[in-house]
Amino acid sequence: MDLLRSQASRTVLALGLLSGAFILFTGAVGMIAAFHDREVVDRFISLGQLLLLMAPFVTSYYVAGRLDEHGGAPPRILAAGLVVGLLTALPSVVLLLFNSDEFRFLLFLVLRLAPFVAASAIAWQRHQAGAEIQAVLGIWLLVAVLVGIVTFSFALIFEIKGDLRSVLVNIDRDWVDVITFDNRKDLPLGIATFGLASIGAGFAGSVLYLMPAVPRRALIYGLGITTLVGAFGETARLILQENVDSDTLREIFRRDTLRQNAALALFIISTAAGFLWAMYGSKVRENIGNIDSSSRRRLNFIGLVIFVAFMLLLPWLIGRTLSDVAVTIGIFVLMGLGLNIAIGLAGLLDLGYLTNYAVGAYILAVLTSIGPLGLFKGTFTFWMVIPLALLAAMFAGFIFAVPVLRMRGDYLAIATLGFGEIIGKLAISDWLKPLIGGAQGVQAIPKPIFFGAELKNPEQLYYIVLVASLVCLFVSIRLNNSRTGRQWMAIREDEDVATAMGIDTARAKLLAFTLSAATGGVAGAIFAAKVGTVFPNSFTVFISINVLSLIIVGGIASNPGIVVGAIVLIGMPELLREFSEFRFLLYGALLILMMIKRPQGLIPSKIVTHEHQSGVKAKLAAE
Amino acid sequence: MAEKSKNGQSRILEAKGMTKRFEGLVAVDSLDFHIPEGAIASIIGPNGAGKTTFFNCITGFYEIDEGEILFNGSRLHGRSPDQIARAGISRTYQNIRLFSNMSAIENIMVGQEPHLKSTWIGAILGLPSTREEDEHTEDRARELLRFVGLEGKGDMLSKNLSYGDQRRLEIGRALASKPKLILLDEPTAGMNPRETIETTDFIRRLRDEIGITIVLIEHDMRVVMDISEHITVLDYGRKIAEGLPADIQTNSDVIEAYLGRGAAAATAAN
Repeated sequence: MDLLRSQASRTVLALGLLSGAFILFTGAVGMIAAFHDREVVDRFISLGQLLLLMAPFVTSYYVAGRLDEHGGAPPRILAAGLVVGLLTALPSVVLLLFNSDEFRFLLFLVLRLAPFVAASAIAWQRHQAGAEIQAVLGIWLLVAVLVGIVTFSFALIFEIKGDLRSVLVNIDRDWVDVITFDNRKDLPLGIATFGLASIGAGFAGSVLYLMPAVPRRALIYGLGITTLVGAFGETARLILQENVDSDTLREIFRRDTLRQNAALALFIISTAAGFLWAMYGSKVRENIGNIDSSSRRRLNFIGLVIFVAFMLLLPWLIGRTLSDVAVTIGIFVLMGLGLNIAIGLAGLLDLGYLTNYAVGAYILAVLTSIGPLGLFKGTFTFWMVIPLALLAAMFAGFIFAVPVLRMRGDYLAIATLGFGEIIGKLAISDWLKPLIGGAQGVQAIPKPIFFGAELKNPEQLYYIVLVASLVCLFVSIRLNNSRTGRQWMAIREDEDVATAMGIDTARAKLLAFTLSAATGGVAGAIFAAKVGTVFPNSFTVFISINVLSLIIVGGIASNPGIVVGAIVLIGMPELLREFSEFRFLLYGALLILMMIKRPQGLIPSKIVTHEHQSGVKAKLAAE
Repeated sequence: MAEKSKNGQSRILEAKGMTKRFEGLVAVDSLDFHIPEGAIASIIGPNGAGKTTFFNCITGFYEIDEGEILFNGSRLHGRSPDQIARAGISRTYQNIRLFSNMSAIENIMVGQEPHLKSTWIGAILGLPSTREEDEHTEDRARELLRFVGLEGKGDMLSKNLSYGDQRRLEIGRALASKPKLILLDEPTAGMNPRETIETTDFIRRLRDEIGITIVLIEHDMRVVMDISEHITVLDYGRKIAEGLPADIQTNSDVIEAYLGRGAAAATAAN
């Protein structure tokens, strides 16, 4: 009992069972079985199995850190790793055993007895604490009834359904196959394999924690990179396909999976690279920190050139399929940069960003379409309409901003959410059907033509998104470091005081809404040109939510954060299309985790220095 | 032009019959108040006497229900807070209200708002005039940092500054707009005796060196008696006394408001 009461033991127990619950949950929603279909390393490990082992591994690494903080000795940490592994496997093993008759009898017995046992235990404790006999009996009755309702209804469900599969549809043969590492026929062997693998993974996690810093970091790099390349095998193959001949490709990949030799080689190389970086990385950084300002400027310039060259060559490096993903990511980066003007810079929580996106898309659709709904049948080209889409979205942003100028915080959010809904309903309405086609939308939107060449492939459309994003980035950086940016920041921090400083807050807010809307309009127009059809289903509230989430995950008011946020939240789901049913589950889990562990975002925004000249001015001088 | 008061100085701020009600509660009751240019005046009174409400009415946070407020002879009531700030009145707050996620120097740069002219288009295009103004704004902000004793701390987020530094920064931000009148709401609240003396000297320097007219709300009687040239006492929104520090100290109504009837009688008997 003493052991159970100590803080450290409770941590191990709680986190171990949490990891077990995670495995059970992902299994019950069918994620493990679905992930099993994608192999990470050919005939060695699947993504589902990796998920099973990652849980105890990561948990015990984390637990080791917690124990270490409280002064736990290495033997205890190693033991904790074993316990975490065991606890992780436990819930799933219980479920696995459920289909045997003896076990089911046992479970029913537990369910029936639980209320009485629990009630008696709590009542006894109250009695020991000196409670009166009526109070003790009352508590006994209360607990017995409350727990009884839960356990008896469970027992009833199991009895009526008989088979667990009809309750948890995803606990099926596929799940058993993954859990037992393909030993469905020989259940004891399967359970032993799973249990040992889980315990081993837990142990490995604590061993990794206890390693000296350099090999530990090297191993984390090696494992991380190999896992990432393996998990995104299809993406990796598509990238290599553009740059390597087909024989080499076949040596590395079997269809979309990494071959064992290739995985091993990748692991060794990335571990070695990680080792070198862990050994000398800090020294390199120190040396870069020490060089004088003129060389640094040269170095920054070289870095910029390499970055620009990389961005320009990207479509040719990654091929058509991934370029298509890149364009989608780019459209969201563009929207993220735009919405960030309202949310990040001026602190205006705008949940109706989709309005501007829809206006831009429909303006382009109606003005350029060569289909029956096109107003001008090709007279207007993409390039002529882009400025019009921008102006129209600005106008829409302005109109919608006027009534909400006096609103703040949550009220503003709800009001803008309402505008988004209105636009969605308008797009599908009968009233506007003659103009924008109702549910069928507008079809036959021609692709942009650039000096006689039709930009019909994603590789070419990519450049349009790139240029638009760069323009928006430039504008928002310039504004952020200006009087206007400081006005927005002041409004974000304290609107009353901002007014008392002499800021015309209504004007500043209108400007933020309008500029933000302009960007959304351009993004919508590019989207329309990319897809070729525009219909109301494309404009759901999820667009607004997605853009908001990528800003928050990346880091509010941080431009690099927006790019990373878009890659994580928009790019990853595109690349993991086969798991699309779990998309929102992972999405939600990621958001919750981020908000708890890293509320400032993946790449938090930096403070611009003004008192000491190192910051913005040095950069301005370099331009 | 501004009315002349008895001693020949023009009245920079004047309230006539100013009344502010909150759903039946009269927070400020037909108050007459005026302060000559270049003076230091204090407003004192027990908690809930309507002192901060008075400030909020002057700066346009609240609309007054009756009466009028004149600034250099022109109407102030009915104007919005940003217009009032531009007219040359700035203030600090009882509970410090800095832009906490902005750096100290950025707070002061925002304070210069009434004198800035550059536009967002100029900022995007990087026009020379905009750059020049930005540089000038930064230079002035650095000067003000030095003036309030925060040199070297300008790039810290204001929420990370110590309490005393935050008070000083708030005054620095209020000075940035080059105000003619500054309203200080309990400038020495929460300070130790040494900091209080420093702040008192600093306030006096503001008037003596820059010539700003100062109205302050203050609870520390030593500060009030030390620097005020004129004191107004409020209780339940009404003015119960005004005059020189020496007069206020012996005024029986004031003592009653602060200490109760018995204490007033006792003081009178002495």
